[in-house]
Amino acid sequence: MHLVLFFLFAGFCLAGAVNLLVQSHPINSALSLIVVMVSLAVLYLLLGAEFLAIAQIIVYAGAVMVLFTFVVMLLNDGREELTYGSHVARSVGFPAVVAIFAVIATVILRAEGLGYAHLGAGLNAAQGLGTAKDNSNLVVLSQVLFHELLLPFEVTSVLILIAILGAVALAHSEGAERTVEK
Amino acid sequence: MNLDVPISWYLLLSALLFSLGVVGFLIKRNLITIFMSIELMLNAVNLSFVAFASQWHEVKGQIFVFFVMVVAAAEAAVGLAIIIAVFRARATLAVDRIDRMKL
Repeated sequence: MHLVLFFLFAGFCLAGAVNLLVQSHPINSALSLIVVMVSLAVLYLLLGAEFLAIAQIIVYAGAVMVLFTFVVMLLNDGREELTYGSHVARSVGFPAVVAIFAVIATVILRAEGLGYAHLGAGLNAAQGLGTAKDNSNLVVLSQVLFHELLLPFEVTSVLILIAILGAVALAHSEGAERTVEK
Repeated sequence: MNLDVPISWYLLLSALLFSLGVVGFLIKRNLITIFMSIELMLNAVNLSFVAFASQWHEVKGQIFVFFVMVVAAAEAAVGLAIIIAVFRARATLAVDRIDRMKL
């Protein structure tokens, strides 16, 4: 079951990522990125991170990607064209990326002590919180997040506030009003 | 269960997704698609964080992913606002034509 789900959604993930690269229109890339993010949410579920799976769907596949598709449709710049720069990037970039992947894969495959992911193995038993039948890791996560890491959590809300102000200040330019007045 | 998946396979999938993100960052010629490749790389790193959290039964890895998600959402908002501002000034999203810092 675990193996089948892993291969199914890992396949979806990789297919979506490759489709992101081969599509020439940004809207198709955005839709395939949504496929990648939803498949990643299922993989998070398999790894016993229920809260992150839901947050992945709501925050990434929901909010961030809606923002992306919104901007793609708003700007509507059409297909991308290949230029000299992209040929250079292809001929130099592919070997470099293959080298990066080879290094990472070597490190991973040589690493010792990596075990197996057990389906339904929550974090609760290890942390001594909750009962074994209580499968949700939300209890453990909130315990740490709201006690030990309360200050960083609050700082992120300030970060989001600054990001909102920055986004509004950047997207709302005075130049747009000037062209309207003309 | 005898059909458990090794953690290293999750890590390999994460490495593959990260490499595909780097490839997209290099070969794509559209600002928004390049930005999407960055999001893909962030997601790949998140997957390896969750895999390690599951490996060592440690909740801190998942909390790190939570913070990465928050920062990525803020980054997406500001980045897309910058892209809109660039499109207003240049009327194009092709990175080869956006080659001057000045207006």
